[in-house]
Amino acid sequence: MNIYVLMKRTFDTEEKIVIEDGRIDEEGAEFIINPYDEYAIEEAIQLRDEHGGEITVVTIGGEDAEKQLRTALAMGADKSVLINVEDDVEESDQFTTVKILEAFFEDKEYDMILAGNVAIDQASGQIGPRLAESLDIPCVTTITNLEVDGDKAKIERDVEGDVEKIEVSTPVLVTCQQGLNEPRYPSLPGIMKAKKKPLEELELDDLDLDEDDVEPKTKTIDVFLPPEKEAGKILEGEIDDQVNELVGLLRNEAKVI
Amino acid sequence: MNFNLSDDIQFLKENVRDFVQTEVEAVAHRIEKENQIPERIIEMSKDMGLFGLSIPKQYGWLGIGMIGKCALYEEVGATHNGYTTLIGAHTGIGSVGIVELGTSEQKEKYLPDLASGKKIGAFALTEPSAGSNASNLKTTAVKKGNHYVLNGTKHYITNATEADIFTVMAVTNPHKGAKGITSFIVEKDFPGFHVGAVERKMGLRGSHSAEIILEDCEVPVENVLGEEGQGYVNALKILANGRAGLAARNLGSCQKLLDLSMQYAQEREQFQVPIIEHQAVGHMISEMAVEIEALRSFTYRVACMVDEGKRVIKEAAMLKLYGSEVYNRVADKAVQIHGGMGYISDYPIERFYRDARITRIYEGTSGIQKNIITGQLKKEYS
Repeated sequence: MNIYVLMKRTFDTEEKIVIEDGRIDEEGAEFIINPYDEYAIEEAIQLRDEHGGEITVVTIGGEDAEKQLRTALAMGADKSVLINVEDDVEESDQFTTVKILEAFFEDKEYDMILAGNVAIDQASGQIGPRLAESLDIPCVTTITNLEVDGDKAKIERDVEGDVEKIEVSTPVLVTCQQGLNEPRYPSLPGIMKAKKKPLEELELDDLDLDEDDVEPKTKTIDVFLPPEKEAGKILEGEIDDQVNELVGLLRNEAKVI
Repeated sequence: MNFNLSDDIQFLKENVRDFVQTEVEAVAHRIEKENQIPERIIEMSKDMGLFGLSIPKQYGWLGIGMIGKCALYEEVGATHNGYTTLIGAHTGIGSVGIVELGTSEQKEKYLPDLASGKKIGAFALTEPSAGSNASNLKTTAVKKGNHYVLNGTKHYITNATEADIFTVMAVTNPHKGAKGITSFIVEKDFPGFHVGAVERKMGLRGSHSAEIILEDCEVPVENVLGEEGQGYVNALKILANGRAGLAARNLGSCQKLLDLSMQYAQEREQFQVPIIEHQAVGHMISEMAVEIEALRSFTYRVACMVDEGKRVIKEAAMLKLYGSEVYNRVADKAVQIHGGMGYISDYPIERFYRDARITRIYEGTSGIQKNIITGQLKKEYS
């Protein structure tokens, strides 16, 4: 089985985030594999272990993303590809990413492409479905269970607190949701072995693309942090007065009643 | 001497940190309450390869040298010390005897299972009458045909209830004193091997220390570890080898205490300012940081010497002494900085404070380390 995983290096949203000049300051930020992509990597490993085959993890980014690729290899992926756009792409959006991936997959054979349901940084959730559309293959999002039998896949997906069961033919692109599996930690021997696994580096040129082909279709106007939580208000005085004041505040200040 | 960790070691270290700080820290309170490390954590640690830290490369493991091992031990030390001790005793004194002294047959037989954690290792030297005076053993081993028959009682044996493979010291020739002691590899399933009472302790919950009773316990001759009569020397070697690792684990605990103290001292306000702004608190923190930095340098210097194949008897004793004494001083200051909260069991500080105390006692007391240092100095100056 030929399995591909789309992986994104993201900053850790549990760490402190600083914005400078309309961009997230990368200096102090911690970077991780997008957690939803970890589900995709884990699922790929389980599929490969059950059905045989090979896992290739693909990412778009700069040299720094090598670390996350090495982690994926240490978890158990077989090969990795870094599409290095550091020098070629200044601004990007989902169009850019899909266009690059589309070119990458043009000459590839695949049975299964797994991606995270969403990336925790920009949270568009668009890459998987848009790539599937470009490649003209079926796509199932937010999956919580996956069984492959020959050229069919039985999938369960999360739909607003309910489960939808789907049968689909391969090749298929799926996006992975929490609950699908518990991603493993890379083992220490796995980390040492990962050094010898292939890490291929490509640039736009190698995919017959130039900067204009991948120019974003959207423009980011502003990036800002959520407003800081203000201290709560403690009402004082007689209960009746407090209730009156509270109703007044809810009506006039919070405007919720 | 280059103390910089290679990219590989750094990457391994980060991954161990991630696992320990996410998974083990999440159950630290539970370990304390239930006196048991959850099976899930033990299994995950095995899957990660943490049980194989001492196993050489030719047996399929990491081969990262003492520097690498210390780097990872630092991370293993930065959490509940019961967990730290399970890993530390297994990969330290529980495994290194076979690694250092085993025949190729013994290594083939035992190391792969010790590496994967399928089998747990322990070290059984201490007896009711033989603690610091390790040569005063009463356990006997009498050769009968293809077997030695062992009789005696060991106590305070770390990992005794979990372990499958024990490095046991016993007297084969009572007339020769320390030179009449031999070390054996004893499996828990050998006839006549029993685990006795489990001790209740001040700390290190989740790590169990128990008695081992050897009652006509039959050990095949091929399980003699090293040469007959070399058991005392072997025991000292195994303990010396473990000392740098122990210091590294103490270093990890100290760093964790500094991290917690810094966080607390910057958040907690008294007299309208964070308490770190009060000189009394700030100075305690700076004293902690200085000692931790000195311990770090010392640990990696000794690790470096081990990797260069140098003899480190004096340095390892100094390091064990210093590491455990620093850990106790740092833990004491951490309690003081945290005030009342440092004394409350819902918060980890008092746990580290109790757990720190044993490091001045086990694997050679502070007093014994000083004896070793004096002995070595006397040789140097004679």
